[in-house]
Amino acid sequence: MIAEIGQIALILALLIAIVQSVLPMWGAYKGDARLMALGDRAATMQCILLAISFVALTIVFVQSDFSVKLVTVNSHTDKPLLYKISGVWGNHEGSMLLWVFILGIYGALVPVFGKGLPAGLKARALAVQGMISVGFLGFILFTSNPFLRLNPVPVNGQGLNPLLQDPGLAFHPPFLYLGYVGFSMAFSFSVAALIEGRVDAVWARWLRPWVLLAWAFLTVGITMGSIWAYYELGWGGWWMWDPVENVSFLPWLVGTALLHSILVLGKRHAMANWTILLGITAFSLSLVGTFVVRSGVLTSVHSFAVDPARGVYILALLLLATGGGLVMFALRAHTLRGGPSFTIVSKEGGLLLNNLLLVTSTFTVFLGTFYPLLIEAFTDGKISVGEPYFDRTFAPVMIVLIAIMGVGPLVKWREDSWKSLKPHLFKSFVLVAIIFSLTWWLGKSVLGALSIGIAVYLAYSTLAAFGRKIKFGQAGAMTLLKAQPASVWGFLIAHMGIAICVIGITGMSVWAKEDAKVLRLHESMTVGGYEFTLKSMTPGAERNFQKMVAAVEVQKSGHIVGTLRSARRFYQVRNMITTEAGIQVRPMRNLYAGVGEGDAEKGWVVRAYVHPLVNWIWLGALMIALAGFISILDRGRKRGKI
Amino acid sequence: MRVILTIFVTLIISLFMVFPALAQTPSEAEIELRAKEVGQALRCVVCQNQPIEESDASLAQDMRKLVRARIRNGDSNEEVIAFMRDRYGDFVLLKPPMQANTYLLWFAPAVLLGFFLFWYVVRVRRKPANIETQTLTDDELKRFNELSNNQEMQGSERQGQKIQGQKIQGHDT
Repeated sequence: MIAEIGQIALILALLIAIVQSVLPMWGAYKGDARLMALGDRAATMQCILLAISFVALTIVFVQSDFSVKLVTVNSHTDKPLLYKISGVWGNHEGSMLLWVFILGIYGALVPVFGKGLPAGLKARALAVQGMISVGFLGFILFTSNPFLRLNPVPVNGQGLNPLLQDPGLAFHPPFLYLGYVGFSMAFSFSVAALIEGRVDAVWARWLRPWVLLAWAFLTVGITMGSIWAYYELGWGGWWMWDPVENVSFLPWLVGTALLHSILVLGKRHAMANWTILLGITAFSLSLVGTFVVRSGVLTSVHSFAVDPARGVYILALLLLATGGGLVMFALRAHTLRGGPSFTIVSKEGGLLLNNLLLVTSTFTVFLGTFYPLLIEAFTDGKISVGEPYFDRTFAPVMIVLIAIMGVGPLVKWREDSWKSLKPHLFKSFVLVAIIFSLTWWLGKSVLGALSIGIAVYLAYSTLAAFGRKIKFGQAGAMTLLKAQPASVWGFLIAHMGIAICVIGITGMSVWAKEDAKVLRLHESMTVGGYEFTLKSMTPGAERNFQKMVAAVEVQKSGHIVGTLRSARRFYQVRNMITTEAGIQVRPMRNLYAGVGEGDAEKGWVVRAYVHPLVNWIWLGALMIALAGFISILDRGRKRGKI
Repeated sequence: MRVILTIFVTLIISLFMVFPALAQTPSEAEIELRAKEVGQALRCVVCQNQPIEESDASLAQDMRKLVRARIRNGDSNEEVIAFMRDRYGDFVLLKPPMQANTYLLWFAPAVLLGFFLFWYVVRVRRKPANIETQTLTDDELKRFNELSNNQEMQGSERQGQKIQGQKIQGHDT
């Protein structure tokens, strides 16, 4: 019964989405206020129906109603409640429903926050949102219906992929989707603005919080994925340039460019065309992200759906959205007015350069991700593109970007001179030289020293720019400090976050130590000055898995530093084994142990790692996300007044 | 310094010539070190972008053994990699080889960056000449700048932006 309610709500949502995608657009064309206003109501209605449908699916999962095929394939009565709920989106059909539900929420928020928007713009944007909805709802209903029944009803389900039974991964997809789908706002409003032939500061200021929101959610999602990979996959990697990771990184990079260019548009009325193009691209890449994971076109640990028919549908959807958006851009971009001019050394110039570098890095990651596919599709060859490629192509662009991040915030809008930057550059150079020499001496790595030096330069420059804003050291600095708008705090926290992240990445890439050995009980191995001893192997069982817990004691120069507990879990339902790493988390370094196959006689494979500064990576990333959320507050106060 | 280096190098070379066996059988620790280095560059061919050193797959274990065996045999790191490439194809290399079908992969980012930078310098430098096409009148511009400066100085962002926003909107319509 509940499944049928969900099914009906889903079909109604599709019908309403069709209305939403046609009538408001027609109304805006004809100047009919009633038809335009219909968009608001359709968006709200659609959101309610999708909520009903999503809740219905959640209920059948919680109730373990095995007459629904999806529940049978992805759930089990023994699963903890959290994973029954996360099981809703831990599969293809359910995750698509979550995707379109989030789209519905964003759509319904347009009438709530957009009361002051020009009616034509709002109606057209909602119509475009409606078209995206039609595409995805059609996809769900015709190729991946989550509510299909099963007859006869099995006694129990097949369980959720054990790798996904983890709090980190339970909430990874919703955050990722809040990010991906959030960029649909940028897309819809860009296309609507192209149809209207008008982009102005009001448009940019209204859209910026949505871009920030999507971007901040995406940052959280990517960070969660990275943390999960670190402790769950059991070999201590935090980013492996896996295609599935890369495709979530692509919209993030473009989103970063977008939120900087939309800033220029809002403040200076420049870079209008460029902002529109980025808005379309950010969402297209979000669709690519969805497409790649869902179609299984790039096989990877993350792809749990492999079905080419669906792949073709999403590919068509992707081409239609991207192609449509870009054709609109090509036809209409000339109608948008350019803004006031600026010179090479100016804040606009710096931000434009930031955009160009981010687009270059996006292109590089895109190429590295899809090149093996192209080679395989069009030639006999088969190649791999791994970390060494990205180290050589992506990293240099990032270094240039950070160099510009240091000076960009210090220059004035419109026109400035190199001369005014000289004192800062000189001080930075001295500081970097000192840090470089110290790190080189202590860490014995030129690359590491260089990288830490760059990070310190960024942190120093960011603080200098912030100090200049509040006139640090002069009378009234405290008053100015309190009066700074949220976006300035956002800038400070985000750029410091990048500096901290770079330090973490450097520590992990340059100074991490690791080893793997077969150890019997009470045998030990030494990694990076730490002695890891396998103390005990204890069997145990939980509700839905059996486990073998290894206690690894770590000593440094005779003193016990701690005991790491790593477990091998065996999930009977899926006949799968996963490794839980044992990690001691400290600000300056993590100790990490993972136990592998083996037995008492021969010993067990033990992997031991010393990871300096690794937590700084995620601390930095979370600061970046936090900065995004903080910057939104800036707009929240003024939203009603546009 | 040079002299010392020359003597040192000569000494090592002569050492290897006198004891060829010594040169060919490196110590276990050295094998391990080199194998790790080589293993980081080789992909476990059944895994997703994972180096053989980091993978638990059984094929990765075999590949690790193979690498160690080749090093023990006296292969240089490059020879081991060449051997693995011969056996498993280009697919095994995590760093794609520089060859006809990968020129695009390796050079396109640099070309794009070069193009962007060229465009940036040309486009932005040309711009000050177009300053007449400024859409705001001088008075408006003056007030606009005043407002945006005020806003930064006094931190009264809220009000400043509001007025600025209205201004632009008013101008458009």
